Amino acid sequence: MSMSLLGAGLGLKPEHYEAAYDCAAPGLWFEVHPENYMLGGGPRLAWLDAIAGRHPLSLHGVSLSLAADCPLDEAHLQRFKTLVERIRPALISEHLAWSTWRGQYNPDLLPFPRTNAALARIVDNIQRTQERLGQRIAVENPSHYLHIEGHEWDEIDFLAELVRRSGCGLLLDVNNLYVSAHNLGFDAGCYLDRFPADAVLEVHLAGHSRDSSASSGLLVDSHDSPIADAVWALYARLVDRIGARPTLIERDDRVPSFAELLVERDRAQSLLKQRGTP
Amino acid sequence: MIVSLGQFQDALTEALWAAAPLSGDTPGAKCLAALSAQPGFAVYRNTVIKGCVDALRANFPTVERLVGSDWMVAAATVYVRQSPPLQPQLIEYGADFPDFLNRFEPARAVPYLGDVARLDRLWLAAFAAAEQPRLALHRLSERPPAQLAELCLRPCAAAQWHWSVLPVFTIWRCNREGVELPESLRWQGEGALLCRQHNRVLWQHVSIGACAFLDACAAGGTLADASALSLEAEPTLDFNAMLANLFSADVFVDIDRKP
Repeated sequence: MSMSLLGAGLGLKPEHYEAAYDCAAPGLWFEVHPENYMLGGGPRLAWLDAIAGRHPLSLHGVSLSLAADCPLDEAHLQRFKTLVERIRPALISEHLAWSTWRGQYNPDLLPFPRTNAALARIVDNIQRTQERLGQRIAVENPSHYLHIEGHEWDEIDFLAELVRRSGCGLLLDVNNLYVSAHNLGFDAGCYLDRFPADAVLEVHLAGHSRDSSASSGLLVDSHDSPIADAVWALYARLVDRIGARPTLIERDDRVPSFAELLVERDRAQSLLKQRGTP
Repeated sequence: MIVSLGQFQDALTEALWAAAPLSGDTPGAKCLAALSAQPGFAVYRNTVIKGCVDALRANFPTVERLVGSDWMVAAATVYVRQSPPLQPQLIEYGADFPDFLNRFEPARAVPYLGDVARLDRLWLAAFAAAEQPRLALHRLSERPPAQLAELCLRPCAAAQWHWSVLPVFTIWRCNREGVELPESLRWQGEGALLCRQHNRVLWQHVSIGACAFLDACAAGGTLADASALSLEAEPTLDFNAMLANLFSADVFVDIDRKP
């Protein structure tokens, strides 16, 4: 499946399988978390096979734990590979984060100090992933909630160095950027303008919300609401600078009807079409 | 202060799961003191715990329907702290949640809750099992009758069953289907058979003899042994009808064909 065919896509939810299968919007594609499809068989995999026969698919891993200070879990990588061989995804991505540590899975994308040692470890883990999956992966900028001491690299330089050393691409999550900029107090626009354009294989858009503990003043990458206007504005600025890239809208909580998600998706698709050719 | 990546991960994991803020003067604890004092730390801790609790709620929907969301979240939170997930396919998380509920003091008033949870787990196992070719009944009649007694029938991975000394199947089924419990619920043992056919998990009541038969088949017993055990468990069993029913539910793996 050629990447140039990918316009704006949607995260695939089980309640939307039938509508997703039937939809014939040009440029439409779907993304799933591979962890939900690492099954022996059954209806979920049957739906994924069927949809893969009609639309390009992307596998967006949430648990490879690239930034854990240990080699990857080979059994997990094998399950990932099995799924890759089954559905032949157009894109594969993961996060600049860790989740599994000493045999325990923490279902989140956890932060770490961006040190030289961390860089070397993550390069090894990305290379191992690409070698096993036989495909270049895109690594996503995470949402940040903490000021961490001991960073030796700024995030953009760190990502650019990962690209240079491992040959990976990048997934720029504009909502994560907006949330992180708000929480850590940096300028999202400056970050966007410095982001290594050539490496961007995919863009993510999503909604966020205010932290339930209102006094914290934090924004949370909650994927439970429409994309905020400020994030749309950053996205337009990005497309103006780097051109059209496959763009995925994530909604994981309070999931509306497929038709409603498609309206939001069409907005991204139009923006790509109108402004995506620099 | 510089800590190694591994020290950072040890300390953050410990802090995420700690009941109280960490203290101590290891480099990790000092580094974490600066992090856990920030409001953002709670975002990570809440996300991790909620991710685990939500996985249990997704995996045990019938339990939640019976006990209500508040009770489920409270019980799941206790379980999550005792037994965090070990791997990222969360559909497998909570393998011993049924045993936990059986031991869980606040669940004592609901003695069938653990077995209801067990049926939810069997549903997941049937739902996600690998595809296997199934054995049709007419294939048995193609064999010389003399061979039948020594034949071993193998239940497929998408077939799951459980005998409970309580009417758990009826309780589970009514809550799963969202219908009222029958007024005449008889407080006696029940067996449940869940089996995926044509990509749908179907369920039905089965007798103690059928459960004994399936147990014996799963243990590798011959048809002769399994039928003897089923009749021992249920002397009044109509064996032929029971066997025909299991075949119509597509329970057995095709013994001659490779998957």
